[in-house]
This record gives sequence, structure tokens and C-alpha cells, in this order.
Amino acid sequence: MTMEIINIIILCALTIIIFSLIHWLSKITHSISFFHVLFHPMIMSAFLVYIFLISLEVDYQSYRIANEPFYFFLDTAIVALAIPLYKQLNHFKEIFKPLILTLIFSASIASLSALGLAFAFGLEVNVLTSIAPKSVTTPIALRIAEEIGGNPSMTIGIVVATGLMGIIFGPIIFKILNIQDDRIRGYILGISAHAIGSASAFKINRKCGSFAILGLGVTGIFTALVLPYLILLIINQ
Amino acid sequence: MLRGILVLLIFQGIGEYVVYLGSIPIPSSVVGMLLFFLALLAINIPIPPWVEKSSDLLIRFLYLFLIPSCVGCLFLIQEDLSIWVYILSSIFVSTLLTLFFGSLIMKFFLVRHDQKIRVDR
Repeated sequence: MTMEIINIIILCALTIIIFSLIHWLSKITHSISFFHVLFHPMIMSAFLVYIFLISLEVDYQSYRIANEPFYFFLDTAIVALAIPLYKQLNHFKEIFKPLILTLIFSASIASLSALGLAFAFGLEVNVLTSIAPKSVTTPIALRIAEEIGGNPSMTIGIVVATGLMGIIFGPIIFKILNIQDDRIRGYILGISAHAIGSASAFKINRKCGSFAILGLGVTGIFTALVLPYLILLIINQ
Repeated sequence: MLRGILVLLIFQGIGEYVVYLGSIPIPSSVVGMLLFFLALLAINIPIPPWVEKSSDLLIRFLYLFLIPSCVGCLFLIQEDLSIWVYILSSIFVSTLLTLFFGSLIMKFFLVRHDQKIRVDR
């Protein structure tokens, strides 16, 4: 019994220690922007934890159970997002129509392009239905995947991978297109990379983060409302 | 500080309960956030600094809370690498397309919106 508790504490501490270490490192290397984009603090932390777990021969299940508090506080942090949203309310009202139009186009591109590519690669139907809700925040994506017959654990992986790609390539694309508007950077990060994109947008600034949260929310709702019917339509054809 | 976290936990709990009662297909944390947001709208007062402080703290640690999920993703990829090569390349191209066209579309609509306002004036 005590051994188990010690294990749990060690695995939980592992996440915190590696996160703090990487956080500290990323502050030092802040001036080297290329390094910063390629080695995103969260991806680096996840990789390091993964390497540790593999080399210590710990299976994922016991790591997950030990890190249950983080899943709990993730929910609390999501509730906390109401405050930045509330403070930015006037900014949203100003550009209500462009926001809605961007959502419809971008969320459709996000879902349909992945679906089309996966189809072109000849992947099976259950993979296709797991990949379709890829840009939606995990809890909503899970429900959508269940609804349209996808594989839930595969969906979680796909959603997280999408988020990571969004924060790696987002800054590069914004640089290429010369986009400096915080509203665009935040909203697009939220639409394409959900919670992971939002966490990264909050690192840019408050306004950017709030628009990301808005993007995350509306993409989840839009996709949840449209995608199940779309899939039914395609399957019944 | 602790008072603020307590408020957030209360709304998280309410969200959990509402989802449980109504069996709504939306995550409880999002319901909790929406209810908190609506409550802020309803009372319509400047946000007390103690709530804001704890909210800031939690948001700053969003990365930390997401790390276990990312580790899970790495374990999943390692399990069946052959399918994941295709899945990851689909996601990769799709993410690039979304970021690229999404930004251009939003820029276009924002510019048009600004012009309209100027004409109206």
C-alpha cells in the first residue's frame, strides 16, 4: 500500500519537475526564436516524461492514474477561462459577423481536409470517423467520435497530435503571411488547435488567448452540431 | 486566492451536476464555464481581484495540466506506428491548410468589415 502511494507521488512529481525544468530552460533560450518554435515547452516536456517512463518501464495506465489531479484541475482551469472571455466581450461584439464566417469556413476546412486526405490514403472507415473531429477540444471530440462510430482512444491521440501541430506550425504560418493581429492569431489557433492552441495563445497575450478560447468553444459547438449529420449523409449515399 | 478557487470549483461542480441531470452531450467543464460566464453577465460588476488572481494562476498552468494527455498520445502512436504515419501526415497537411486559409479568410472578412463601418459613418 505505502509502496503504491510512493509510486503515485513519484509519477506525479515527475510531470511537475520536468515541466518546471523545461519552463526554466525556455525562459533562458527565449532569445533564440527558432529553437523556441521547434522545441515547444509542452512538447519537450511530454517527450521527456515519455522517455523517462519508457526507460523506467512504467506503463501508461499507472502514469495516468497517478496524474489524475492534473485532469481534474484541467477542468477547473477551463471554468477559469470564463474571466478572460468576459473581459473581452466588447471585442467579440465588434466583429461578430467576421467571427462567424471565419468559423464556418475554417472549421469545415479543418474537418473535411483531414477526412479527404485520410480517405485518399485508403484508411479504414473507423479511422476516418476518428479523424473527423480532430480540431475539436478532447471532451467534445470524444462525444462526436462516439456518435459517428469512431475509436475513442484513437480520437484522443489524433486531437492531441493536431493541437501539437497547430502550435508548432501556427507561428510559422503567421510569420509567412505576416499576420500580427492578435484577434486572428488567437482565433485561428483556437479553431485549429483547441485547448493546446489556446494555452499557447495565452503565452502571446491576454487578448490572443481570449480569442483562442472563443475559437475553441464555437468550433466545438459547430462541429458537434454539423458533423454527425454530415457523416450520416455520406454513409447513406 | 483560495476563495477564488472555491468559486471556480463550485461552478465546476454545478457544471458536472447539470450534465449529469440533463445528460447533455457537452463536457461538464465547458458547461461550468458557460454558467460562470452567464453569472458574470447577470451580476454585471467588475470582477473581484481575488477571483481574477486564481483564474490567472490556473490559466498560467494550462500547459502543465495538458502534459499527461500529450504523453498518452505518444504511447498511442508507439502502439501502432504504421497507421499513425498516415494519420499524422493527414493531420499535418490539414493543419497547415486550416492555419493558412483560416488566417487569410479571417483577414479578408475583418478588412471588409472595417470598410463597411467606415462607409456607414
